[in-house]
Amino acid sequence: MLQFVSLLVRTLFPQRSTHMDTATKQSLDFNTTTFPNQRTDAQALKAAANEIRRDIIRSLVRAGSGHSGGPLGSADVFAALYFGGVMRYRPEDMHWSGRDRFVLSAGHMAPVMYAALANAGCFPKEELGTLRKFNTRLQGHPGRDMHLPGVETSSGSLGQGISIAVGMAMADKLVDHSDRRVFTLTGDGELQEGSVWEAAMSASHFKLDNFCWIIDNNDCQIDGRLPEVMNVYPIVDKCVAFGFDTVVVDGHDPDDIMRGFDVFLTNQANGTGKPTAIVAKTYMGHGVSFMNDKFEWHGKPPSHDQAVAALEELAKM
Amino acid sequence: MAHELLGQKPTRFGFGEGLVTLGERHSNVIVLGGDITGSVLTSMFKEKFPDRFFSIGIAEQNATTIAAGLALSGKIPFFASYGAFCALRNADQLRISVAYNEANVKIGGGHAGISVGPDGATHQVLEEVAFLRTLPNMTMLVPADFEEARKATIAMGEMHGPAYIRFGRSPVPMFTTESSPFEIGKAQVLTDGTDVALIACGAMVWESLLAAQELAKKGIHARVINSPSIKPFDFATVTQAARDCGAIVTAEEHQVHGGLGGAVAECTAKNAPVPIEFVGVKDSFGGSGEPEELMVKFGLTWREIYASALVAMDRRDRGSSGVRAIKDVPQAQ
Repeated sequence: MLQFVSLLVRTLFPQRSTHMDTATKQSLDFNTTTFPNQRTDAQALKAAANEIRRDIIRSLVRAGSGHSGGPLGSADVFAALYFGGVMRYRPEDMHWSGRDRFVLSAGHMAPVMYAALANAGCFPKEELGTLRKFNTRLQGHPGRDMHLPGVETSSGSLGQGISIAVGMAMADKLVDHSDRRVFTLTGDGELQEGSVWEAAMSASHFKLDNFCWIIDNNDCQIDGRLPEVMNVYPIVDKCVAFGFDTVVVDGHDPDDIMRGFDVFLTNQANGTGKPTAIVAKTYMGHGVSFMNDKFEWHGKPPSHDQAVAALEELAKM
Repeated sequence: MAHELLGQKPTRFGFGEGLVTLGERHSNVIVLGGDITGSVLTSMFKEKFPDRFFSIGIAEQNATTIAAGLALSGKIPFFASYGAFCALRNADQLRISVAYNEANVKIGGGHAGISVGPDGATHQVLEEVAFLRTLPNMTMLVPADFEEARKATIAMGEMHGPAYIRFGRSPVPMFTTESSPFEIGKAQVLTDGTDVALIACGAMVWESLLAAQELAKKGIHARVINSPSIKPFDFATVTQAARDCGAIVTAEEHQVHGGLGGAVAECTAKNAPVPIEFVGVKDSFGGSGEPEELMVKFGLTWREIYASALVAMDRRDRGSSGVRAIKDVPQAQ
């Protein structure tokens, strides 16, 4: 069975190097693996998520600062979004006018978006090693001025990206009458920003069924658990009340994540006039046992030894 | 006087008319309403182009960032509200989603300054020029009258990049015409004297012309400069005025800190240091009242400009470093 899976992976991803996990030194280095964007199975999405996680670790340990927990926790969602055939884009031309848009409202989760874009082939994976460094295109929080392919907007001040995404969806649906889709991902602590709800209100007011809002619900923010810092629950009820077709998914189960995206695609295809909210239940730091579900890992990078341990653990997944 | 009073009209009507012109010329001009569309005259565009008007409600942060999203998708969105709410309440959105993104967003900030009148201090924005001109990539315009507001609105819509226009609620003197020059980044010399330079924007330009008229009666020839483009700023014209006149008065319906006066001071301190007197609101909030009452109370008339011109010239002539407060000056009759 294992041999079969291995063969399948090699057939699906022929460019994937097969020797990269053999030594610690090599696993700290970036490889040249890329993944296609197509309807696929859970196994392929898991492989992509695993590679995204490893690239997050590789880039953060080089950066020496940055956010580990959120990016690792949302890797499965990003794998489905970029490699599950949900979002239409051309890695070689991220300015293609017909592309769907993704807006990372939770700008501090930049490492996972960068890793996903690099694994899609939008820019060389080697560049992930420049995260947060002087003159890098991979700014600590996404900066549109750096012209990194796939970064649609600057973000980092929470609660703004979702509004930008609403504006894009309005341009697509109400002005251009096109079928372009707009995705945005907010954190769950970000829901404490009031402007998030201004955006939510307008998405349903304008019947933006081309608008998909992903909420990374890991229940952690820098100061602790959400209910202790400022309770934003019940999240699902709020989304429903704001007019969203709301679906809760296991944010670490590729099939369940795809089920969420399918709700969105169906809403758009049927012209229901309802925007979709996908509440992805995730664990911060998922995939690395010593980070898993620990809010202390929200805003710090792994040390060298921790990175090695994390990569070894991920290699076994 | 070379500049004739052509009537009175609020600058906001110039904004409204300019928007309609832009709508006719460019199919990708979109307007976002913030519930007070009748006050800031986006209602004119709404009536003419209902398909390109979207009501966002009382949510200025959202409107500003939605505008950024529209701009990133190739539209030219205008959002207008009272300046208090579309320049400062949404300051972070302007900084990051608009300016840092270099998004082609246009903001119309109405009801600016003390002349809003009865609404009082909360609605009398007096700080936004200072904020906006510190934002990289931002263009900041303060037109002097109706016609200039119309031209400035069209110009900002037809340039690429974030831009803000400040306009007022109450009628102000009209003195520019269709043929008067207007260009973003340029100031206009309205009267060509060399005794003192009066540099103003907005409604204070007319007051400066009145002050110049009074100064002329004393044989003082003032160079009145209209500086509607706060950013980009016309360093050349201001530097030349400093060199030619050796004394400057700035006048604006804004805090004396950080606005037009700040821009002039930064420019001259570097290029041609001369004494400057600043006419504006002096580190205080506004209050309710009729516009004319408030302009007198807060020292925003030709009289203060006139008195300040005398002080600035006196400082120049004594070679003084400028330690003489405006309160020492006898009131003009």
